Amino acid sequence: MATENKAPYTMVVGLEVHVQLLTESKMFSWTGTEFGLPPNTLCDPVNLGMPGTLPVMNGKAFNMALKTALACGCTISRYTKWDRKNYFYPDLPKKYQISQYDLPFSLGGSLPIPMDKEGNGGGSVRLTRIHLEEDTGKMIHTAGQESEVDLNRAGTPLMEIVSEPDIRSAVDARLCLEELRLTLRYLGVSDCEMQEGSLRCDANVNLHIDTPAGKVATPIVEIKNLNSFRAVERALNYEAERQYRKWQEDGLTIKDAPKETRGWSDPDGITKLQREKETAADYRYFPEPDLLPVVVDEAWIERLRAEVGELPRDRRKRFETAFGLSEYDANVLVEQGKAVADYFDAVVARTDQYKMASNWVQQDVLRTANAMGITVENFPVGPETLADLISRVGRGELNTQQGREVLAKLVEAGGSGSLEAIIDAGGFKMVSDEGPIREAIEAALASNPKAMEDLKTGKKKPDAIKGFLRGQVMKATGGKANPTLVGQLLDAKLAELEQG
Amino acid sequence: MSLTSLTATETVAGIKSGKFSAEEVAKAFLERTAKLKHLNIYVHLEPEVVLNQARGVDSRLKAGENVGPLAGLPVAIKDLICVEGEPTTCGSRMLQGFRPPYNATVIEKLKAAGAVLYGKANMDEFAMGSSTENSCYGPSLNPWDPTRIPGGSSGGSAAAVAAMTAPVSLGSDTGGSIRQPAALCGLVGLKPTYGRVSRYGLIAFASSLDQIGPFTWNVPDMALLMEAISGGDDRDATSIPEAVPAYSSEIEKRPEKLRIGVVREFFGEGLDPEVAAAVQETIKVYQKLGAEIKEVSLPHSKYGIAAYYIVAPAEASSNLARYDGTLFGHRAKDYSPANDAEKELPALVRMMMATRAEGFGAEVKRRIMLGTYALSAGYADQYYNKALKVRRLIRNDFEKAFAEVDFLIGPTTPTPAFRLGEKAANPLAMYLSDIYTITTNLAGIPGLSMPCGLSSEGLPIGVQLVGPALSETALLQAARLYERETDWHTRRPNLTV
Repeated sequence: MATENKAPYTMVVGLEVHVQLLTESKMFSWTGTEFGLPPNTLCDPVNLGMPGTLPVMNGKAFNMALKTALACGCTISRYTKWDRKNYFYPDLPKKYQISQYDLPFSLGGSLPIPMDKEGNGGGSVRLTRIHLEEDTGKMIHTAGQESEVDLNRAGTPLMEIVSEPDIRSAVDARLCLEELRLTLRYLGVSDCEMQEGSLRCDANVNLHIDTPAGKVATPIVEIKNLNSFRAVERALNYEAERQYRKWQEDGLTIKDAPKETRGWSDPDGITKLQREKETAADYRYFPEPDLLPVVVDEAWIERLRAEVGELPRDRRKRFETAFGLSEYDANVLVEQGKAVADYFDAVVARTDQYKMASNWVQQDVLRTANAMGITVENFPVGPETLADLISRVGRGELNTQQGREVLAKLVEAGGSGSLEAIIDAGGFKMVSDEGPIREAIEAALASNPKAMEDLKTGKKKPDAIKGFLRGQVMKATGGKANPTLVGQLLDAKLAELEQG
Repeated sequence: MSLTSLTATETVAGIKSGKFSAEEVAKAFLERTAKLKHLNIYVHLEPEVVLNQARGVDSRLKAGENVGPLAGLPVAIKDLICVEGEPTTCGSRMLQGFRPPYNATVIEKLKAAGAVLYGKANMDEFAMGSSTENSCYGPSLNPWDPTRIPGGSSGGSAAAVAAMTAPVSLGSDTGGSIRQPAALCGLVGLKPTYGRVSRYGLIAFASSLDQIGPFTWNVPDMALLMEAISGGDDRDATSIPEAVPAYSSEIEKRPEKLRIGVVREFFGEGLDPEVAAAVQETIKVYQKLGAEIKEVSLPHSKYGIAAYYIVAPAEASSNLARYDGTLFGHRAKDYSPANDAEKELPALVRMMMATRAEGFGAEVKRRIMLGTYALSAGYADQYYNKALKVRRLIRNDFEKAFAEVDFLIGPTTPTPAFRLGEKAANPLAMYLSDIYTITTNLAGIPGLSMPCGLSSEGLPIGVQLVGPALSETALLQAARLYERETDWHTRRPNLTV
């Protein structure tokens, strides 16, 4: 929010998100929905729209869509039907798309916008509606006169989620989409891979500008070709500036110009006007006579509600209240995906060192897993072992540095080594005896007279000097000294020297 | 008596008992068909394919296998029902060369019942018409009088049986396309309850109205066929899962109740006096049989044609959009710009336009335009949505009537078969030949036409019985009751071969 607030306008954004559902078969026929197969290998007579064939609804897809709607707190329509959206395009074999027009299965609902490190986000976005439809095929425009069409995608279950224009910044739009992706992945209804097109997003944006004569709104622009969340953010920021400049030039408002469609060009970092059709599209919607309306009863809804499970938003709250984590930490653990949060949950079920568990999972586990190029599910050290290790550190048996070294050895052993054995073999026991630490402090002071000099003359900050000396002591004790004790004894020694 | 003049029931019994073979039956029909080519009944018929199926039945019979209730029975198929690997063209240039890689559910059921798939029968293009004159193959001729049309759109299927080139056939009925040709060809024709017979593999004209049904000489044959082809289907969401009654063993029973409603609106202006008289005679027969006769009213039926000619073209405009040369069927070879305006259009659009201009006939184009208009923004409320309201009112009319009576009775068509070309130039006059049949499609209820007389010119006249949804058993029983009292169903056209 911070940066946008300085602008002389408010950005108003609504999103239209298409999500492919993770079903085994298509929305209305029996072939599979895998991505990346050779063109036109996932075809059957129904999804090719061959004469005489009829669609049959994929009940699993409908259930996934219902779960999504329940997770977003939407109102489920007790009576919903299918409609035909008619238009001629080669990627649409029947020349109509089976979709939902005036009675979608879900209305209302909302998505939270989580807060990021910079304090962006917060609040929520209302949803207008969610409906189900079938995906189209893909046109491949080659250099020559001919165009090619791949119908593998045609008929894949597609959920369209339309938001209200509640978003007020490009960052919020990105955060909202990230939350949507996380929620859908939690529900297991979509893999939401933008690169593979299983999540696609269009954004509607205009500006509300305060003028001496009152508030004016610029014409609405629909941005297409948004192929990453970063692209959404960049495109919106670009478009806001462009609309503002344009308004300054021509003064056109929402009342003077129709909605236009612009495509985002990622390499150029600009939006470009897309060729408008000469006449407005008339899709001639009418009820799909080949399919029956769907009547959803209370029992059906309750059965699926039970399958929804804990959502990211609920999990964040639980991490804050049950484990005392900050909103930021709770979000980092949750936004990494279900597996990471599950791992954390498994750790804190076995140790009361919640804060340390949060830090270790966020830093040590994730960093190591990333470096190894694996996911947390395949991390060689299980949550039980990590919990044990963290508890030992918490009890003061090891210091943090030793704990990290033990973890590194556990990872090296591929998870096969026992924690106890590694600790014993490496002598990873924290030294809390005062004697050896005092000796190390004396030695450090003796071999670094300049440090004392600096402290006296005030040439360097006392904290920096203490930090340096503490490092020397830790080094001298092989990293085994209790750092808290080192700090205390060092402070006492310095105070003694100052007074003396 | 020759093999070609037997009923289906007699044919199956003869084959099963070894009186004659399935191959002999097939040969007899093929020979007769060859002699009646001028009637232009079949658009595709491969004798070897037919004979091979028949021989298969014979050898299975010889091996003692159970070959099913239609053992060796040839069944002619309307050219819009998909048969795997066989040309299925809907009487249209648009689908020349199209061979579906799948069978319609009814075809699978027929095969499972031991039937022999006979030829593909002629029809009005995409089932749009009442005379077969809209076929790209030219009209079929009425076996009772070859100067007249056999009715439509399933005219080829009706003529096939009437000319005794097949013992039974399948057609489809969207607004009367089985019952009207059955009446004009002196046959029993049934449009079942919407959903009773699977539509999978039936090339759609108007999805909410289309229904497959048989043509037969009499009611027992109808029961035999209906038992074989009816039933719920996982591939058709609109099919009715209800178990299929044993029609064949039920038809000789008297219907439980026999209150018959005479529809006042079906005896008005435009009804041929000879047709009216024949239907009145039928009512008297029922009265003699102890039926309670009541006059009933279907006040909204007068809007039936208007509502139908919005709903059906609207659905057709969408169903037929897929024929654009991209995936299957006809593709225009020359789609260079026809004028300056077309130069602006992408080649793909010009290809689609040229394909549709060449591939579809005039009536199909007319209905696509009607339907597109009726669904267009700004017009949908006046036309399509209003027609849906009328449809509900028509349905309510029937419900009210069926609260008082068990069946409705009336003429199937306003006149006997008309002459070739008589109505071809006047679409509205043609549309009115379905005036008594169209409302049952709008209501989704079954209607049966059966022969009830001959005109002074020797042309068949049909009477229609209509019942509530899923009343096929009672409807067949009521028809059978009449059939046992009369001999109209035994009349055959005088065809010299």
